[in-house]
Amino acid sequence: MRISLFITCYNDTLFPETGKAVVRVLERLGHQIEFPPDQTCCGQMHWNTGYLREAVPIIRHFVDLYRDADAVCIPSSSCVAMIREHYLKAAVQSQDSAFIADVESLLPRIFELSELLVKKLGVEDVGATFPHKVTYHASCHSLRSLHLGDIPIRLLRQVRGIDLIGLQHLDRCCGFGGTFAVKNADVSSAMLAEKIGDVLNTGAEVCTAVDNSCLMHLYGSLHRHASGIRTMHLAEILAAEADRGEEE
Amino acid sequence: MTAEVSRERLHPDFPAAAKNLLRDVQLRQNVRHATDVITAKREVVVDEMEDWQALRSAGSAIRQNVLDNLDSYLVQFEEACTRAGGQVHWAINAADAKRIAIDLLKAHSAEEVLKVKSMTTEEIGLNEALANTGIRVHETDLAELIIQLGNDKPSHIVVPALHKNRQQVRAIFQREMHLPDLGDKPEDLTAAARSYLREKFLRIPVAISGANFLVAETGSVCVVESEGNGRMCLTLPNTLITIAGIEKVIPRFRDLEVFLQTLPRSATGERMNPYNSVWTGTYPGDGPQEFHIILLDNGRSEILADPEAQQTLKCIRCGACQNVCPVYRQTGGHAYGSVYAGPIGAILTPQLEHSRQSASLPYASSLCGACYEVCPVQINIPEVLIHLRGQIVRREQATVGGKVGLWNIGMQVAASIFVSGDRLALAQHLGRVGQKPFIGKSGFIKHLPLVLGGWTQTRDLMPLPEQSFRQWWSQHEKASRPSVDISDGGRV
Repeated sequence: MRISLFITCYNDTLFPETGKAVVRVLERLGHQIEFPPDQTCCGQMHWNTGYLREAVPIIRHFVDLYRDADAVCIPSSSCVAMIREHYLKAAVQSQDSAFIADVESLLPRIFELSELLVKKLGVEDVGATFPHKVTYHASCHSLRSLHLGDIPIRLLRQVRGIDLIGLQHLDRCCGFGGTFAVKNADVSSAMLAEKIGDVLNTGAEVCTAVDNSCLMHLYGSLHRHASGIRTMHLAEILAAEADRGEEE
Repeated sequence: MTAEVSRERLHPDFPAAAKNLLRDVQLRQNVRHATDVITAKREVVVDEMEDWQALRSAGSAIRQNVLDNLDSYLVQFEEACTRAGGQVHWAINAADAKRIAIDLLKAHSAEEVLKVKSMTTEEIGLNEALANTGIRVHETDLAELIIQLGNDKPSHIVVPALHKNRQQVRAIFQREMHLPDLGDKPEDLTAAARSYLREKFLRIPVAISGANFLVAETGSVCVVESEGNGRMCLTLPNTLITIAGIEKVIPRFRDLEVFLQTLPRSATGERMNPYNSVWTGTYPGDGPQEFHIILLDNGRSEILADPEAQQTLKCIRCGACQNVCPVYRQTGGHAYGSVYAGPIGAILTPQLEHSRQSASLPYASSLCGACYEVCPVQINIPEVLIHLRGQIVRREQATVGGKVGLWNIGMQVAASIFVSGDRLALAQHLGRVGQKPFIGKSGFIKHLPLVLGGWTQTRDLMPLPEQSFRQWWSQHEKASRPSVDISDGGRV
């Protein structure tokens, strides 16, 4: 099918490998990807920090851009949560009936990557090979907003060679929280320290998630302490193939 | 009108208070241990309930109905309570409530008064006001007694002394009760408290309580507790004065069916509270012969008038949101500078008091949503937090300092970038150039200036890669679809 990719602003800027991996997985499964080049951000940072009025033009920009998409794939559960939980409210507050109608029509076509694969496309085995010890970190939005449950785990279980190790306290926040990480840096760091302890306890080589925001946070600490553990977005594991080796 | 709330006016804002408390290793251990224990107990008794989600929905619907019809339910309560021999007093704010309570106590020439645990009286600073008029207050809830004897502040709405461990409690009792040989077993401590309190229960004829629920239909008041000290307070004295927020009313007696299931399971992980006291006015020859209830507004009407934030008032004070909160878990309750700590405090306190300190509270959350998930009346706390952040930003933007502040400028610039792909591409380019001085030998960013320094104090930041995804895509698109055949209308 024709899938529109919304890569998200921080993946575009900081994690191009994740975007490449999404394209590789979906193209391998025979889908046609389109990338609207005028795409930017979902508005989450502004909205969640309280800049609600400033978020509205960003939200409108997104809705205008994806209005006619068959399906929008977003490799970030927090951006999907932003769209599903807050776009309608923003539209209703604007009292613009066309805007409201556009949001209502678009919402059912918005998918987080793992959701798209398992729920929309009905695929669990994407033909990946990744012979490494991996632990999965469940982001708060994936758990409590998208209710992904074990969907990402089901995808990982089908990866050839993978050694999947469970993470303790899976439902506990890593302490990122967007601007929370700088506005309340000390508490955020204390939360991170607990999460890092759980990650280290797994003995995994790689910590994965459906959100690079959490992974950027986790890796910030893992790198500072030279822990020798990598973080990789789920898409990058799903894209890995035996004959291609690993993309760095 | 801004409500008067008893708090330390100069309490540091949340980030500063938290920074101090994070250094208290003992406190953090106590808080983690206590919240872990309660959360695990809660999970067991919630998971065994097949209709838990239905109970949450019912609780939410009952409380929403109360908010929609609060005026009529309160009048109904007043009539029923008065009919049953109670005396109803209305207090617009904290000063009003304290004045009414003090007048009642003076009318009884009370020099001492018993108290059963009440967060509402903490909210209005009743104990200090009574002390100032020369009336000695004796807290009778074990945890409140520990707080009072330790000259401390409650850190949790259900378990106020959750930040203290047994050894610390023993030290307080040894010192204040003059028991140098007191052991630290739970039995030792409760036995000491028991004999300390028993004497007071039998001697002092006036008591002050809070309330968990007020039943409009019958005029009854309900207090639930675990120790029985509350039952003593509610039944032994001749005069009982209850102080309750106006939102505590529920329509019918049978509505207790829902809350007496959800409240104990959410609060303490018990299937039922050991003591459930319900009384209706006065009864000749049994219990207090004089009953007063002070119905306190203190800013609640204002919260009710805000359709986005009024769900705050659905709260039944179970504290489950505090126990699961990963922020509260690190700091404990004192960081919030309010009797209402944790997620519920982060939304309630700034609505009760519009201060600079309380404006830091809605930001004391990573918006992880654990609080909403456990809330027995389905308060969408993250949604209210964002709504309050929105109000705070608007207020700040109305000041010159706020307008030219780093956060506002940064957000305005970002907002102007995020409406165009070209502008984002340009910003990415500028970022790649601008970051160069900050990249260390490791190839990572270890120090950032100004507000971003919060990130790098404990976390490295990977620099922007040479190529953004959008740049890679334009190459990929060309490579995978090299030529567009015009003969078929340009379709790929």
